[in-house]
Amino acid sequence: MKKSWFNAWLLLAILFLAACSEEDSDEGDSAEGEGTSDAVVEIDYWQYAFDSKVNLMDELIAEFEEANPDIKVNQTNFPYEQYNEKVAAQVPAGNGPNVINLFYGWVPLYVDSGYLQPLPQDEFPHEEIEEEFFPMVEATKLDDEYWTIPTAVRTLALFYNKDLFEEAGLDPEQPPTNWDELVDYSKQLTKRDANDRLEQAGMAWEPSQQGHHWFRDALIYQAGGEGLSEDRQTIKWDDSPAGFEAFQYWLDFPLTHKVAERNFYTDDVTAFMTGHAAMNIDGSFRLGTLQNDAPDLNYGIAPLPSKNEEATQSSFWTNGITATTEGAELEASVKFLKFLTSDEVMERWLEEIGELPAKQKVAQQDKYLQDERYGAFIEQLPNAQAHFFIDETRERDLVIRAVDRVLLEGVDPKEAYDELVEDTQALFDEYWGNR
Amino acid sequence: MNQPSQLSDKAIKNAIPEKKKRPKLTMKQSKYLFVYICLLLPIIFYLGIRIIPTLYTFNIGFREWNILSPEKPFVGLENYATLFNDEVFRKSLVNTAIFIVIGVIGQVVIGLFIALLLQRINRFVGFFRVIYFIPYVTSIVAVSWVFRWLFMNNGFMNEMLVTIGIPPQLFLNSPNQAIFVIIGTMIWQALGFQMVIFLAGLENIPSTFYEAADVDGASPFQKLKMITIPLLNPTIVFSVVIGSINFIQVSFTQVVNMSVDSAGGPLHSTLTIVVYIYQLAFRQYSMGLASAATVVLFLFILALTIFQMKVLTKKFDY
Repeated sequence: MKKSWFNAWLLLAILFLAACSEEDSDEGDSAEGEGTSDAVVEIDYWQYAFDSKVNLMDELIAEFEEANPDIKVNQTNFPYEQYNEKVAAQVPAGNGPNVINLFYGWVPLYVDSGYLQPLPQDEFPHEEIEEEFFPMVEATKLDDEYWTIPTAVRTLALFYNKDLFEEAGLDPEQPPTNWDELVDYSKQLTKRDANDRLEQAGMAWEPSQQGHHWFRDALIYQAGGEGLSEDRQTIKWDDSPAGFEAFQYWLDFPLTHKVAERNFYTDDVTAFMTGHAAMNIDGSFRLGTLQNDAPDLNYGIAPLPSKNEEATQSSFWTNGITATTEGAELEASVKFLKFLTSDEVMERWLEEIGELPAKQKVAQQDKYLQDERYGAFIEQLPNAQAHFFIDETRERDLVIRAVDRVLLEGVDPKEAYDELVEDTQALFDEYWGNR
Repeated sequence: MNQPSQLSDKAIKNAIPEKKKRPKLTMKQSKYLFVYICLLLPIIFYLGIRIIPTLYTFNIGFREWNILSPEKPFVGLENYATLFNDEVFRKSLVNTAIFIVIGVIGQVVIGLFIALLLQRINRFVGFFRVIYFIPYVTSIVAVSWVFRWLFMNNGFMNEMLVTIGIPPQLFLNSPNQAIFVIIGTMIWQALGFQMVIFLAGLENIPSTFYEAADVDGASPFQKLKMITIPLLNPTIVFSVVIGSINFIQVSFTQVVNMSVDSAGGPLHSTLTIVVYIYQLAFRQYSMGLASAATVVLFLFILALTIFQMKVLTKKFDY
């Protein structure tokens, strides 16, 4: 009987000790790695779980390790939704990554929280970055430092259904190139039934998907306007009539021309994929979806139709080094980051994942510019804008609200637009006020 | 050996630090100890995943934290003040109330109605039970998307309306209609559960009461009002409480999948408090605000449950 009593406590004690010793041994390992210079340096790389990216990264890591036998890279993945939570839980505990893949819109949050260190200038000189990379990488330049560097970027372009073009008597090799043509084409591509209900939309129109990006980073610039002031504190949509002109033009698709409806066939991608919408504004990241889910869709891709200027929206995932990385690990991390931003990796990233090379020289090769899938996206890269988001969700919601106020509540577009500018500015004021 | 055989908790606790003495326990004592240890493990688990995080949430509600920042400065009641000045939050409270009131009443009334009908029939009972129960075991996401397609602009519902000469409706795109479409879907899905609960409750009402009422010449409505409803009271209270809590929790998946922007739209007309908490926490990374909103939700559920227990529970003796 004494035995069972004793055993129970022994069991508890063992459990307790086991839980503690696990942490101990972790610390021991990492200290060892830093101390002995001959030993293999281990670094951790984190990115979100996206199958094709994870697989390619596994291959790349194997190649990198072969070329650098003294470095070992561990890849860890988390679902997109939990990514920031995991970072917040692991980094302060000392178990975080050395090299981390982040959405560019999150970088200010990470920099403000002290999780990143600036890229070492001797390895990544500013002049070199600014000369080699497309200008949108400056979106993550804060306090005069580059904190991250991307392998690949994405842009928006016009997707159009060639079969529906032919059906409407339009030349499938001549997509619309300017604002007026886009409206004109959408009208010709729109079909309504006997009850005047939309049967086929000329234009898939969805502010909650890429629509708000199209308005913010493409239409306003195309009309000759600007997004943000140099210091990123002031919204400049209202500095010229271009901002409202863009808003009105964008809103006119469902409002005046009636060539589109919100949530037509639930969303723009579904409507376009099922042939119920003839055109859509979407990103290069959609190519994979279309290939898998609608392999028979006969579609073409063209640069965004423009007005006074050419412009498109871009976004990217980018790589930074965490603040706690130092010594041999820092050296290895820099080496790994150099490898990730090398020309060869960028080419493979495009071929296997479909994201566009972030370096001008790599992207603008003839073989890519002529490509019928990627050509239009790459052609637009020099004119691409990446908005500096304070809070992507809230900025998106404000645009959606402005649209809904006009379409559902019958509010005057000018009034809804003024409210949008004011509320967006208020978000920026709040952010800079707290900084 | 010489200790009294009825060993209390206290005695066990006292015995622990005195390890060196190794008090010899009787068989009964060690048996008790084993039982207490076994009981203790689930409590530790419960403490770890429920109680401590809950208390932690209360704490974060008084702090400002963007999930990544290492410091969490104390801001007092500022989060609560911000929330109650936030019209979106107030809208989400109102919406949650609409979800519960209409959803729970609809679910209980229709569920009881179906149970009463099913109790009447003798043939195909199993068949009908299955038909009504299937939605309950279907995935919420699948149901949400099927209804989304049924109610879209070019969907089946509008097709029907146009055929009978009624102009097509916006349904999920309309700030006035969307919430009711979602509530309707949720009621439809929960009917099976309510039906089973009520059928079980009806089985427990002795048939002698009805026979006596028949002898007295009571009408079917009188029987329902005087016998069925009062005797079903405990079942109804159970249904209402479970239904309310379910509506608060489940409204998350339904709203996220059925609202047009997947975030309680259009114009926040379908936004519930749980969806808003998720957005505050994992889209805007305002953990302080999200925790404060969670505390408000906690108080809301607490008050609602106490209210339902007090008001709805009545004793009937026959």
